[in-house]
Formats: sequence, C-alpha cells, structure tokens
Amino acid sequence: MSLGDAPLAGYGGQLAAGLVLTIEVSLSSYAVGSVFGLLGAAAKLSRSRTLHLCAGLYTTLVRALPELLLVLLAFYVIADRIEQFGVVVNPFVVAVVALGFIQGAYITEVLRGAVLAIPRGQREAAQALNLYPLTYLRRIVAPQALRHALGGLGNIWLNATKDASLISVLGIFADVLKVSSLAAAATKRYVFFYGVAGACFLAITLVSMALLERLRRDLSRAYLT
Amino acid sequence: MSFSWEFLLRGVLPQLLAAVPVTMTLTFLSGLGSALLGVPLALALGAAARWKRWPAQAYSLLMRGTPMLVQIYMIYYGLGSLIPREWMRHGWASPVLRDAFWYGLVALTLNETAYVAVILKTGLDAIPRGQREAASALGMSATNTLTRILLPQALSVVFPMLTNEFILLLKSTVLVSMITIFDVMGTANNIRFETLRVDEPLVGAACVYVVLVGIVTLIGQPIERRLRRHL
Repeated sequence: MSLGDAPLAGYGGQLAAGLVLTIEVSLSSYAVGSVFGLLGAAAKLSRSRTLHLCAGLYTTLVRALPELLLVLLAFYVIADRIEQFGVVVNPFVVAVVALGFIQGAYITEVLRGAVLAIPRGQREAAQALNLYPLTYLRRIVAPQALRHALGGLGNIWLNATKDASLISVLGIFADVLKVSSLAAAATKRYVFFYGVAGACFLAITLVSMALLERLRRDLSRAYLT
Repeated sequence: MSFSWEFLLRGVLPQLLAAVPVTMTLTFLSGLGSALLGVPLALALGAAARWKRWPAQAYSLLMRGTPMLVQIYMIYYGLGSLIPREWMRHGWASPVLRDAFWYGLVALTLNETAYVAVILKTGLDAIPRGQREAASALGMSATNTLTRILLPQALSVVFPMLTNEFILLLKSTVLVSMITIFDVMGTANNIRFETLRVDEPLVGAACVYVVLVGIVTLIGQPIERRLRRHL
C-alpha cells in the first residue's frame, strides 16, 4: 500500500502537530484574554470615569468587530506598524494577543457580572471587620465570583478553541484546519479531511465540557445541601 | 506606505458600501431561515421522546462544537465535491450550484439554527408547564398552542438574546469571504490583493461593520421594549 492510499495520506503527523498548535494557541490566547478581562472588569467596576470609558470602548468595539477582521487588523496593520520601529514580531505572539484581546472583552463582561452578583452587604461586613481591601478581594470576592463566572468563562473558553481556527487563513500557521485544507486539496478528499478537522475541534470541545463540568461540581461542593 | 484618507474615502469606502447588501442579505436570509428551522429543533431539544431529543442534541453539539470556518469549507468544498459535475455544468440548478453565495447561505443557516434553537429552548422552558396542560384541556391543537401560547411568550423572554445572536450572526458572515463571496470583508480583501494597500481596506471594513452593528442594535431596542411591555 502506498502512502497516498492510507486513510490520512501521510498527513497524520502534520495533523497531530496542527492539533497541538491549535490547542497551544487556544490556551495561550485564553490566558492573555483572562489578563485583559481582569483589567477590563477592574476598570468597569472602578469609580474612575476615564477607566470606565476606556473599558466601555474596549468591550463595545471588540463586540462590534468580526473576529476575523480583528485578527487581520492585528497582523497586517498593527504588527506591521510595530515592525517599522525595528522590533521583530513573533507571529505566534501576535495571534495569541489578538485572540486574547477578543476574549478579554467577553471575559470583562462575565467577571463584572459575577462581582456585581455578590451582595453589597458583604463589602460592608468586610469593612466592619476591618479586613484589608486585598484580603476582602482574595478571600471573599474571588471564590464567590469565580463560581458565578464559571458558566460564562466556560463558554468563552469553548469559543476560544473555535476562534483558534481563524489563524488558518493567515497562511503562516500549520494549524489543524490549515493542514486539513492542504490535505483535502491535494487528495481531493474534501469531506474526509474537513471531517477530520471537525472531529479534532469536536474532541477539544467534548473534553473541555467534561472538565468544565467537573470543575463546576468542585466549585459548588460547598453549596450542596 | 502611509495611511491615505483620500484612498479610504474615495477608493475603498464606495466599494465596501456597495457590498453591504451582500452582507445584509446573507445575514437576513440566514437569520430568517434559522428562526424557522430553529423552532422545530427547539421543540425536539425539549421533547420527552428520545428519538427526537437525541438527534437534535447531536445536531446542536456538532454545529456548536466545531468552528464555523470548518462548516463553511465542508459545505462549499465537501458538499460541492459530492455534487455530480454534470449538474454543476448543465443541470437546471446549475446557476445555484455554481454560485458560492448559496453554499455560504446554507452553511450560515445550518450553523445559526443550532444557536437559535438553544435560545428558543430556554424561552420555552421558562413557560410554566401548567399553560400547556391548560391549552390541551381547552382542546387547543398543538399548532395553536405553539403559535398562540408558547412562541409569543418565549419570544418576548428571549428577544434580547436573539438580537445579540443576530449581531453575532452579522459578524460571522465575514467567514464566507473565504469561499470567494464578495461581502464587505471579501471586497476589502479583494482591494487588498489588487492594490497591495492593506491599511485602508481593513480599517474601512472595520468602520462599516461597527456602523452596521450599531444600526442593528438601534433597530433592536424599540422592538425589545415593545415585546416586553407586558412583562
């Protein structure tokens, strides 16, 4: 049997490497997105008008612009500008920051909502007990907000894994979708190879859903009666 | 190459605006299609019978668990490769089968249906069970119960989620530019490749999408208030 007749037509190794790249981009962009989200939520909850306005502009703009367009803008407009200053820009970093910037806007809203869901009285109680503000954030707000936010954060993570497929259009990343496209075009087996790509993303989704469900159970254990 | 306002306003924006109807047609048609297909899917998702619920759940998992881009490629290249060449060239459906627009529309609709169905299901779940029982006690047919009792209430509950979803749909239409459809994004890319100028087409497209999303939001708000006036 020649290589061309094998089910994956010799693309197995590249597909596996592509899958790893897709997962790396998803995880890194989500980490970057969490930082943007924390900053955004802090700005939205702060009393400063300017910070409030900046965060509002950030979330509104990101949610009004298509993800693909934002990725293209990051690569061809912003990264290009930065390179004009003589800085060498790593494409992986650009992709991760661009995707993270998008997720950060959604994470901002989820975190803001989660913090606002904590009753005001707890803040007053913390002040009455003379807790340091940081202790209050770490011991009182964070554990409760995390539990409130878990559903929303989980959905954003599922979107992050799917948005990672957008990097395939740039032509410089051999992610799982790009490799599948190349394999499909070379072998003319479009249904099969796009099916493989779909199955990879579906597998990521299913594993994530199982892990998120476990996390949800762990975090709400204290609330079970 | 420096940014040229002249090129943006004279060269790019007129072409992008001319492509707005393509983007909006795609958005409206797939929105309408997914609203129509989403109702039966939502009912199936909430059905007691497993043979209805399981296929519906599998469909929604498949559509929501894989990237839209994969689905678009699958329909355009995958389905396209399964259609006999003869039909493409000479059949009565040849103008449709050869136009990427219809593949994009089908992909958008199939994908959006799953999201709309899940939203509609939350709306249907919010209606007390007793109302269905009351309707059937009064001898209302299943269709009447659905169109007069269940859907109006479900819609007013989930309308904000649906307008939000509509905006997401508008944004996801950009992905069909990858299969040679010249919507706003596709036109911007085309200008990019033809003129080798990058900044103006992309910035122009960004402006167009922000305005479009703004318009949809402004249209959605009064309808939302009207639908929620009883609540």
